[in-house]
Amino acid sequence: MSSTVGVRISVNGEVREHEVEPRLLLVHYLRDRLGLTGTHVGCDTTNCGACTVHLNGEAVKSCTVFAVQADGAEVTTIEGMADGAELHPLQEAFWKNHGLQCGYCTPGMIMAAADLLQRNPDPSESEVRHGLEGNLCRCTGYQNIVRAVMEAAHSPQRTTVGPPPPEKPEAREEVGKGVGA
Amino acid sequence: MSTVEAGPTGNGYVGQAIRRKEDPPLITGKGRYTDDIVLPGQLWAAIIRSPEAHARIVSIDKSAAEARDDVRIVLTGEDMTDLQAPLPMAWVPPGVEIKTPEHWPLARGKVCHVGDAVAVVVADDKYAAVDAAEDVIVEYDPLPAVVDVEEAMKDGSPLVHEQFGTNITHEWGLGSEDVEEALAAADVVVERRVVNHRTAGAAIEPRAVAADYRAGQLTLYTATQIPHLVRLQLAGCLGIAEEHFRVVAPDVGGGFGSKLNVYGEECLMAYLSRRLETPVRWTATRSEDMQAAVHGRDQVDYARMGMKRDGTIVALHAKLIADLGAYQQLLTPFIPSFGAFVMSGCYKIPSVRTDIVGVFTNKFPTDAIRGAGRPEATHLIEVMVDQAAAELGLDPVEVRRKNFIPKEDFPADVAPGVTYDSGDYHGSLDRLLGTLDYEGFRAEQARAREEGRYLGIGFSTYMEICGLAPSRAVGPSGVGIQAGFWESAVVRVHPSGGATVWTGTSPHGQGHDTGFAQIVADRIGSTPEQVEVIHGDTDRGPFGMGTYGSRSLAVGGESVARAALKVADKAKKIAAHLLEAAPDDIELRDGRYQVKGSPDKGLTLADISLAAYVPENIPDGMEPGLDETNFYDPENFVFPFGAHAAIVEVDAETGKVDLKRYVCVDDCGPAINPMLIDGQVHGGIVHGVAQAMYEQVVYDDTGQLVTGTFVDYALPTAAEMPTFETDRTETPSPVNSMGVKGVGEAGTIAASPTIVNAVTDALRPLGVNHIDMPVTPLRVWQAIEAAQGRGSGPRASEQGVPEGGAQ
Amino acid sequence: MIPPEFEYTAPESVDEALQALTQGGEDAKLLAGGHSLIPLMKMRLAAPSLLVDMRKLSDLRGIERANGGFRIGALTTHAQVSQASELGVAAHAAGKIADQQVRNRGTIGGSLAHGDSASDMPAVLLAAEGSVVARGPNGEREIAATEFFQDFFETALADDEMITEVRLPAMDGWKFAYEKFTRRAEDWAMVGVCAMVRGDFEDVRVAFTNMGGTPIRASAVEEALRGQGRGAIEQAAQAAAEGTDPPGDLNATADYKRHLARVLTRRALEKAAAA
Repeated sequence: MSSTVGVRISVNGEVREHEVEPRLLLVHYLRDRLGLTGTHVGCDTTNCGACTVHLNGEAVKSCTVFAVQADGAEVTTIEGMADGAELHPLQEAFWKNHGLQCGYCTPGMIMAAADLLQRNPDPSESEVRHGLEGNLCRCTGYQNIVRAVMEAAHSPQRTTVGPPPPEKPEAREEVGKGVGA
Repeated sequence: MSTVEAGPTGNGYVGQAIRRKEDPPLITGKGRYTDDIVLPGQLWAAIIRSPEAHARIVSIDKSAAEARDDVRIVLTGEDMTDLQAPLPMAWVPPGVEIKTPEHWPLARGKVCHVGDAVAVVVADDKYAAVDAAEDVIVEYDPLPAVVDVEEAMKDGSPLVHEQFGTNITHEWGLGSEDVEEALAAADVVVERRVVNHRTAGAAIEPRAVAADYRAGQLTLYTATQIPHLVRLQLAGCLGIAEEHFRVVAPDVGGGFGSKLNVYGEECLMAYLSRRLETPVRWTATRSEDMQAAVHGRDQVDYARMGMKRDGTIVALHAKLIADLGAYQQLLTPFIPSFGAFVMSGCYKIPSVRTDIVGVFTNKFPTDAIRGAGRPEATHLIEVMVDQAAAELGLDPVEVRRKNFIPKEDFPADVAPGVTYDSGDYHGSLDRLLGTLDYEGFRAEQARAREEGRYLGIGFSTYMEICGLAPSRAVGPSGVGIQAGFWESAVVRVHPSGGATVWTGTSPHGQGHDTGFAQIVADRIGSTPEQVEVIHGDTDRGPFGMGTYGSRSLAVGGESVARAALKVADKAKKIAAHLLEAAPDDIELRDGRYQVKGSPDKGLTLADISLAAYVPENIPDGMEPGLDETNFYDPENFVFPFGAHAAIVEVDAETGKVDLKRYVCVDDCGPAINPMLIDGQVHGGIVHGVAQAMYEQVVYDDTGQLVTGTFVDYALPTAAEMPTFETDRTETPSPVNSMGVKGVGEAGTIAASPTIVNAVTDALRPLGVNHIDMPVTPLRVWQAIEAAQGRGSGPRASEQGVPEGGAQ
Repeated sequence: MIPPEFEYTAPESVDEALQALTQGGEDAKLLAGGHSLIPLMKMRLAAPSLLVDMRKLSDLRGIERANGGFRIGALTTHAQVSQASELGVAAHAAGKIADQQVRNRGTIGGSLAHGDSASDMPAVLLAAEGSVVARGPNGEREIAATEFFQDFFETALADDEMITEVRLPAMDGWKFAYEKFTRRAEDWAMVGVCAMVRGDFEDVRVAFTNMGGTPIRASAVEEALRGQGRGAIEQAAQAAAEGTDPPGDLNATADYKRHLARVLTRRALEKAAAA
């Protein structure tokens, strides 16, 4: 076995320290070391998004991050979204709008949607659909997921998750608008 | 056909869009899927799979893997000859022999498809297992592979299983004997070859199995749709008595038929755990699931539709050539036959016949994927109706309308030999057209064509057969499946008045916990919050059949309803006794058992159940308790139906299809929970649209799997899909007490011809009159090029592999 | 999907990182966002003996305007590039890479070093006539885009060199479009066309994604259009596929890719001209 490396990662607000193999994927660290099994694995190729968590406030696919790369970082998983018994507005909206069936893609979908709403608090339907292009769902046909995210965007109890992203994002530009920088 | 009167109702939860009881754990990361379950002392298995499509196994060198400190065992097929029976195939149609090779969890002697399991390594953790698997050296002697199903039928083709002397597994037919005469008498016979390509179930949760054998008891956790059948079948393979064998389907992350099977890995983990006397587990990677979870469809269909010039359909013959892959999984050879039962579609066709040929190829087996035979048949019929309409110069909507079985004909006997329970095909089509503005679209289409834009509209008016099934019709002496098809339920009211329901169905996203709770709450006078539904565990609740074929509500739900009615019946008797009234005078109203006309004289379910469990004052001779079981075997199938339409725009320069609008009207009988129906319809449509536009399992000419991951196997994302306009009509079924039909597969069954017909409609001005799925940009562009006299046309890439092979 | 074992180090400075890379030998690899490398490792198509993680090299993040151009730190993510609208077409194209999660992690330096002509930034760098700055044991050198991309997954970067910076000229007065043709939004381009037009076609640049082993400039199109007007686009675009030899794949034959190149070139130029 290759030598292990110490990591110190704040997961859902709690600092965790472990010795890990460098090759340990963040998703396996979360699931197998910390028992946070809400983050799922659905593919091998960074396509399905079921493993999406927030790393320093931004959505990432934790199957394509080594745990060692998260050393010193803050990670938020689906387990860190609710505030005690109070669901995050996205969780509430997914429930209310039947935005899930088997539930397997749901944690990743909610984490991706949270990133989307941080970047674009008032997205159009098309922006929601494109904002979730990194997450696959086989059950819902996406319709109620999109509806849930739209509703959460306009929820009075909107809160942000984790620390804010490093830079204030701007809405995505249409083709050609950014003429002659 | 018997009809059971609907029972007494409580608070009217049925029909309401109640939030799902299932969701709180799933949205907070507290779900419990198979891979989430940790077993003390668990070991991890990694499977060595064949990179060859067809080869003899010359040697397997396990020594390097066995020498690793963290490896506990390495096994090959030859090390497991103490298995009692090979993996099961459950279709034995009377009078027809089906060639079924022995299929073992690990290959013995030769491999027949890429991904065929050859050896297994068990190690202390999953990383070590994968490392060790790389140390197992397998030497293969490659054999010629056959991939194309029509090539496989020819003399001289490589043989997937030499012992049979042919790749043809069986031939089977259903329907009218006079179809040739009927076709000969038609004014016009429209003939087409329609390819229904291979797809994957692609549930987002890959398959996973964890086996725990200790002290003579085996527990198998598995991501399955059929825990009871897995136990029944594997008990035979492993030689373990059912009473010492428990199968649990915990939360299951989607199935779509891909988990409706008895898989080698399930047998293998159970075997290993018993042999090592410690838990052993395996979770598929996506690549493994693409290689070794059942695929669906994969037929080459030849249809001949006999028409009168006025658009009347007089005869239909379908020859289905079914690519079954390399082995027979649980129901592999049966699936195309399921299509034969719906080959008449919504239409009154005097003569309909289906002839099926099953064929081995060097690919993974096909089996039931969402719709299982009915999508293929419906695709064929609905494409043929459009083709015939175009050939006769008639409007495709009018041809449908003209041939529909009229509402007053139900129950309707059709040529394939089944009796449609109820239907109003004109009703759903009319409602669809009301939303659609068909004439307005045709005007817009004409204007667009003048601008060089190609819009198209496609329709699919489908019916399907579900609610599996009357055991006598489908079982050993009927169609020949070696099982019963009833469903079971227990409704147990606790002394405090809450209730637990056990169902033999095994949901994996459908929402049974909620829908069944609504059904039970109304029938026993409770609330959905007080009704807990348990499923997916052979040690809890009675034997059951599982969730597939859109059966769970019409069969499982009906069983639950009947058990609940038995509870209510007993509760009424107790209430009558306590209230000193006649049982017939007790009614369940607003959640109370009360004396008719005297609302002040009433009892709650909790009052009654306490009396039932503390039986100081119940009718003489009555057993204590409030706990009832039902086994329900339906007398007929149920036949949902509907009308779907799609509007597409085809970019004629690039071939890219844009799905602009999708409108549908579905009828699955009265709604238990309309929110759940909409969810099933949305997902079903995308599954069908995905086959029509995006997804295809592609093997190249040498049998290599080209679409081995989600990079190439293209599930659509939210960005590709429009918002669907869904609507419903409610035509009750006379078959069950609730009048309900199934809806899990309807969208998928309807959607693929809707899309293909729309694309064809758009392309007709360019000279393209017929195109096969998937309508990828490449294929559409090639079709246009060929029609315009440029290029070689879509046949060149029919296997999906372009010139020069795949990368 | 489990990566093979490797040794790991996360140096605090570029010099230390380069030293580790050199000492690690030819099987040592740099790790930036990891979104090209980790998938290959999980498939066991790559098995570096040592990964030198660049995550602590914070000097390599960020975008600054200097000397009439932009200096983009190698570790700047696609998401950050996509938000820097002053970068013009680079920002626009970066916003079309894969999906948000990938853009949050993948870096411009990592993407270019991977040398995959099917990814979007190589064609942008080529069209913009940008360059990369590479540091190695023998110091720093600037490599022009025209020199950098050499063949399928092959670049001019030596095994012991690190991209520290990507340089893009400021494209004041240029209008642009990036046409990316995919089946699904998250897919790699079947063909991508980066088109840039200065003023009224005083100058024109066109470069392709996924039309060969490297990003390719469509010089014939550029020449046919330079000094002409919008009216010449249709004719000029017909020359788009000249000299290309694109690989066929599952989704597109070589013929189809050449056809797409012509169509998308026209569309990209029309969009750029109309912008």
